[in-house]
Formats: sequence, C-alpha cells, structure tokens
Amino acid sequence: MIEIKGLHKEFGKLEVLHNVNLSFQQGECIALIGPNGCGKTTLIKSILGMVIPGRGTILVKGQDIRKGVEYRRHIGYMPQIGRYPDNMSIGQVIDMIKEIRHSKETLDEELLEAFQLKKIFDKRMRTLSGGTTQKVSATLAFLFDPDVLILDEPTAGLDPLASEILKEKIISEKQKGKLILITSHLLSELDDLITHLIFMQDGKVHFHQSIEDLRKLTGEEKISKAIAQILKKSNNE
Amino acid sequence: MNRIIKFIVLDILRNKIVLIYTLLLAVLSWAVFSLEDNSTKGLLTLLNVILLTVPLVSIIFSTIYLYNSSEFIELLLSQPIQRSRIWWSLFFGLSISLIFSFIIGAGIPILLYAPGDVGLMMLMVGISITAVFVSLAFLGSVLTRDKAKGIGMAILLWLFFALMFDGLVLFLLFQLADYPIEKMMVGITALNPIDLGRILILLHLDVSAMMGYTGAIFKDFFGTFLGIIIAFIVLFLWIALPFWVSLRKFKRKDL
Repeated sequence: MIEIKGLHKEFGKLEVLHNVNLSFQQGECIALIGPNGCGKTTLIKSILGMVIPGRGTILVKGQDIRKGVEYRRHIGYMPQIGRYPDNMSIGQVIDMIKEIRHSKETLDEELLEAFQLKKIFDKRMRTLSGGTTQKVSATLAFLFDPDVLILDEPTAGLDPLASEILKEKIISEKQKGKLILITSHLLSELDDLITHLIFMQDGKVHFHQSIEDLRKLTGEEKISKAIAQILKKSNNE
Repeated sequence: MNRIIKFIVLDILRNKIVLIYTLLLAVLSWAVFSLEDNSTKGLLTLLNVILLTVPLVSIIFSTIYLYNSSEFIELLLSQPIQRSRIWWSLFFGLSISLIFSFIIGAGIPILLYAPGDVGLMMLMVGISITAVFVSLAFLGSVLTRDKAKGIGMAILLWLFFALMFDGLVLFLLFQLADYPIEKMMVGITALNPIDLGRILILLHLDVSAMMGYTGAIFKDFFGTFLGIIIAFIVLFLWIALPFWVSLRKFKRKDL
C-alpha cells in the first residue's frame, strides 16, 4: 500500500533520512521506534508531503505523492502535538475539515462519542489541555474512515481511559484490514497491537521485521526485551 | 478554494485589529474632510495619511497573521489540498479583508466628499497599495521561519518604502542636479509603489503646477491615459512578483 524507495532528506548539513527503503501492506500494524531525533517524524511528514524529500520516491496506493494530493484522502494523520487555530472551537475545527474535505463518505464519529467531545464543542482550541487536543486530533484522524492511519505518539498525553479507548479503536480498525503506522516510545503499550516493527537510528532503518520473526529470533516474548537483545547484539558486532 | 477563503475572511473580520483599523481610517477620513473647507485640500491631507497607515497596517498585520496561521496551514496540509491552493487562499483572504476595511473606512468618505476622477483614483491606489504590501508580507514570512525576524523585516520594508526611499531620491536629485535626470526620475518612481501611488494622485490635483520642471515631465508621462495604465501595470507587478516568488518558495518549504 505504501512503498518508500531510496528516500533521502537533509536539513542543511544534517542528514535526517539516509536511503530509507520500506514497504507496508494492507492489514499491517507497524510500530516505528527509535531514539529521539532518529527521523521518525520526518519520515511520517515525508509521506504526508509536509516535508519535501531530497531524493527518492514514495508511492501511496501506487500513486506517486509528488504527482498530486488526492492520495491524502486515504490517510488519516494524528500529529504528535496537534496545533490548531487558537480562536476556533472544537466544533468549528471539525466542521471546517468536514467542509474542506467535501467528503460524501459516511463519517466515523465513534471517537467523537467515546471521548464525549460533543459536550465541549464550544470550547476554544486555545483553552484545551494537551490531552483534550490529542482527543481532537485522534477524532479527526479516524473521522473519514481512511485506509491508512498514521499516528505519531498517539497515546502521549492521554489519560489511561482515553488511551484505552484509542487502543481499542486502533485494534478494531486493524481488523478491518487497514494499514496502521504508529510511532511510540512506550513499547509496553504496543505489545497487543502491532504486527511489524521498524527500528530507526540516525536516519537509517535498522531493522524491519514482523513480530513473530522477532520473537523467534530472540526467544523473548516481550517486544521491549527482544529489541534490547537485538541492540545489544549489534553493539557487540 | 472558496471554502478556505471563506474561513480565512470570517476569521480575519472577527479580529479586533481589523475593526480598529477600519475605525481609524473612518475617523481620519471623516475628520479630514470636515476640517478642510475644500475637498482638494482634504484629499491631499488624507493622501499622506493613507500612504503612511495603509502600507504599515497591511504589511504588519499580514505578516503576523501568516506566522500565527502556521497551525492552520499544517492542519490543511494533512488534508488533500494543494499547497498552492492554501497559499492563494491565504493571499485572497487577507487582501479581501484588508481591502474591505479600506473601502468601508476610507472609501465611503472619499467617494462622498470627492466624487469623480481623483476620488476614484485614490480608491484604486489604496486598494493596490494594500495588495502590494500584503504580497510583500507573504514574501517576508516565507523567507524566514523566525517570527521576530519576520516582523522586523516587515517594519524595515515599510520604513524603506514609506520614508527612506524618498530620502535617497532627494539625495540623488541634489547630487545629480547638474545632469538632465528628469526622465530617469519617472523610472525611479516605479521602484516604489507608495511613490507611484502618490504621484498618480498628485498629478490629478491642481497642486502639480507647483512641482517645477520635474513635475512637468511627470505630468507629461503620468498625466496621459497611457501613463496611468503603465503606472497601474507596474503596481500590479508589485503585487504579482513578490507573491509569485513566495509561492514558489512555499511549495518547496518543509513544515
């Protein structure tokens, strides 16, 4: 569904992505992990067209992302820190996006209900806490029932209840056969969600494996331990 | 495109600064016209006031608005919307709102007290100058990521066009007084949209008789229909070129 070939990106002299080659299929739930500043967010933003790559191509559903913006119809994006116009209320932001998308598809308002956002529809974005802003971001990402979901640190800032709601939503979307791409620092949270794992370091893809392979390879049940073991191994080499 | 422009215009019109700007223009215009006994004198005073305030408010307000819209731009970018469409919408949204303020604030009194060629010309000049400085604000804010630097650049641009440019021209005039530079001066005015606007209006008032030989050359050029057309084409270039450069930059920008 998403193909990334030979992706390079430099910010000035700093090389943030170095020859990234990845391929994601339908029904996968991929965790993108790595230390801070390893290029996770840049990779995601490249897929969304917010960052223009230096070299390389990205295909979403076979469509080159440089050749138009229609591919973004298939993507729901939840940013790490959602930033919205200060003076708009929650309801206005959601209405505006709906109107701009001009979408005729049925909307998925499950999260809107689950997070009980309708009660605070009149609140201005400026007055919201970080967690509530994240709830709005999550709602917008899932609203148009997209085939690809890109979630940048989705549970950061959410309270345990909300984060549980979101996780259940992610699992149910995965079962519908959607492609889900998550970045996260909290590995323990991802255990029951993900099918594949990508580890990035210094702008390079360290490894990209399915969870089963990873477990077989390392003999560990827990993902965090499996990763630790692999990293130790590569450090010794 | 219309839907995004609609959101931007509604957002700006709710802004108190734009409201104050409209009121300020209205108070100034009504006051000037009621204080002066003839409308030519009124127009002349108002011209100077407008040529100082309109560029200042247009460029500073647009610059700040663009920096504050970075969230809005990011939000739109994750939707299936082209970058150029976002940028165009912002440009139209800002220009339309500020031009609307100008017409409400200054346009109505001008047309009431000085109907006819000069009043109309003044309105056209005000509208063009607004768009020129909105366009310059787009160029400035796409060139630098830092808000403080961007606003600083906007203030400097305004200072240059509103005050320093005239000083430089005057300096040139005195230094080169022995040479026949009158025709060249016509070309030099094209380098400053504010001066272009000022001369267009001055030459339609009777005071142009007092401007000496250079004034006569100006009248020869700007007084003709062709001269007016060329002047407005140059003003249009002042709108189009900075915006075009900013659009190219914005399309390649990492957000």
